[in-house]
Amino acid sequence: MITTRSLSQTFRTRRGREMVDVEAVRGVDLHVAEGEIVSFLGPNGAGKTTTLRMLTTLLRPTAGTATVAGHDVLTEAVAVRRSIGYVSQSGSTSSVARAGEEVIDHGMLYGISRAQAEQRGRELFDQLALDGLWDRQPKSMSGGQRRRLDIAMGLIHDPRLIFLDEPTTGLDPQARVNLWQHIADLRDRLGATIFLTTHYLDEADALSDRVIVIDNGRIIADDTPERLKQQVSGDLVDLELADVVQVPLAAKHLEVHGQVDTDGRHVRTRLPHAGAVVPALLRDLEAEGITLSHLEIRRPTLDDVFLTLTGRSLREAA
Amino acid sequence: MRFARESFIVFRRQLRMNLRNPAWVIIGLTQPVLYLLLFGPLLEPMTAQFGAQNAYTFFVPGLLVQLGVFGAFFAGFGLIAEWREGVVEAERVTPAGRTALLVGRLGRDLLQILAQAIVLCALGYALGMRASVTGLVIGVLLTVLLGAACSAASYAVALTTKSEDVMAPILNSVLLPVLLLSGILLPMTLGPVWLQTVSDYMPIKHVVDGVRSSFAGDLASSSVAWGSAWAVVLTGLAVYWGTSTFRKENA
Ligand SMILES: Nc1ncnc2c1ncn2[C@@H]1O[C@H](COP(=O)(O)OP(=O)(O)OP(=O)(O)O)[C@@H](O)[C@H]1O
Ligand SMILES: [Mg+2]
Repeated sequence: MITTRSLSQTFRTRRGREMVDVEAVRGVDLHVAEGEIVSFLGPNGAGKTTTLRMLTTLLRPTAGTATVAGHDVLTEAVAVRRSIGYVSQSGSTSSVARAGEEVIDHGMLYGISRAQAEQRGRELFDQLALDGLWDRQPKSMSGGQRRRLDIAMGLIHDPRLIFLDEPTTGLDPQARVNLWQHIADLRDRLGATIFLTTHYLDEADALSDRVIVIDNGRIIADDTPERLKQQVSGDLVDLELADVVQVPLAAKHLEVHGQVDTDGRHVRTRLPHAGAVVPALLRDLEAEGITLSHLEIRRPTLDDVFLTLTGRSLREAA
Repeated sequence: MRFARESFIVFRRQLRMNLRNPAWVIIGLTQPVLYLLLFGPLLEPMTAQFGAQNAYTFFVPGLLVQLGVFGAFFAGFGLIAEWREGVVEAERVTPAGRTALLVGRLGRDLLQILAQAIVLCALGYALGMRASVTGLVIGVLLTVLLGAACSAASYAVALTTKSEDVMAPILNSVLLPVLLLSGILLPMTLGPVWLQTVSDYMPIKHVVDGVRSSFAGDLASSSVAWGSAWAVVLTGLAVYWGTSTFRKENA
């Protein structure tokens, strides 16, 4: 559905007096199969939006090629546009128009009839919990409602390939889960292919078949969430001791399993299959007279993956 | 066919939003009235100086072009606001033709000029303007065409600069010579020869002359022909320029 080869974008911008080149996207190779849900994950400025704008024909690549829905983005841009839906990061409706009319006009620009656009629009309003807002001006809608209106705009013509740029930004937890459900439905019922960007690791994890991590314009990982998490060696075991004096002793016990970090009363390490190993470990510690005030075992998250890949936490980077 | 449909969708959307804004309607319709009622009397005593018979036959065409050109030049500001809200990008991601995105907006601007022209001409007649219907229709058509050129150019500047702060000084530096050298308010023939020579290089001056001649009934005159030719050429160039900014890959 999407294939790119060395897709690149270099912006010429002015920094003070001199012109500088910003290499926003540097030689990205992507393959997305039909029916896949793919998350495109990366910190601010990583090049996610720029990549999406090239794939949606809004921005001409400075190098490389991209085939989207079977058509070349440069030579068959209109055919690409016909096959895709796009929800941009920064909104798509006029604040003084009326929500329903914006959706209908947008659908009609795709060539569908007014009646069809209205029917599908009202359906989407219903599914995205926007009922009652059809005649409302976007300026008097809440941030999350406006975001969902953008999503309705992008889906109005039932595209078979959908690009969503940070679709859940500004949504409350319930609306977020509702949207995940909706996205999964689009794939399951309509066979749509979905390519979405996000900062949220839990989102990429919960929603997608595959996660592509981009940092600094380059793809640094591309795999299923499960396999990516396996790259991180083991689960995080975090012991909080009752007494800080016992920290060195506890650390010595854990060192046989690998590298240990200490931080105040915390002693942390990574253990493969922690669930199986920890009971014996606890017995050892107890035998040494070490008392714990808290114990936490955390399965590796995509945040850990990002940390492993780049040495930076996604949270710090973002 | 597809082009007409897409242009109409864009046109209807623009018009609908404008009509819902009472300020836009009221200001748009009172502008010509104010010009004629407040500016006309000032010029009446000077009519003989220009060798014209009837003050209003002489001034209405100038005011008409002035209204058309100035209103149209400001159209781009609305587009910057739309661009900022993501509307332009949302339209560009659809398969709609880039020319249709421009022409739909031009349609709204032309309708505005046409409505103002009707008010202006009706009031002009009421105040004693004498012009043949054919001359008036041709004069208004030329004005509308020139308005299209100015609107399209304004959209092109808007999508290139994407900033009101950059666009405003650019507009000012274009509008000032246009106002002074096109004979919109006072005919260039009043000035010294060097000024007239300079103004010959101002395409809009020829359109103004054309509109004035056609109102005066000299439909066969060369100034109507030149005015029409310039109006067509300017419109063609500006629409091409405007479309290319909608097409441009970083708009
Ligand atoms: N039009 C532009 N002109 C110049 N530089 C740009 C332009 N658009 C983006 N950039 C730069 O390109 C880089 C990538 O930006 P991009 O918007 O693709 O990031 P992103 O991954 O979408 O980030 P975010 O998570 O903040 O949305 C950034 O350094 C940004 O400053
Ligand atoms: Mg972005």
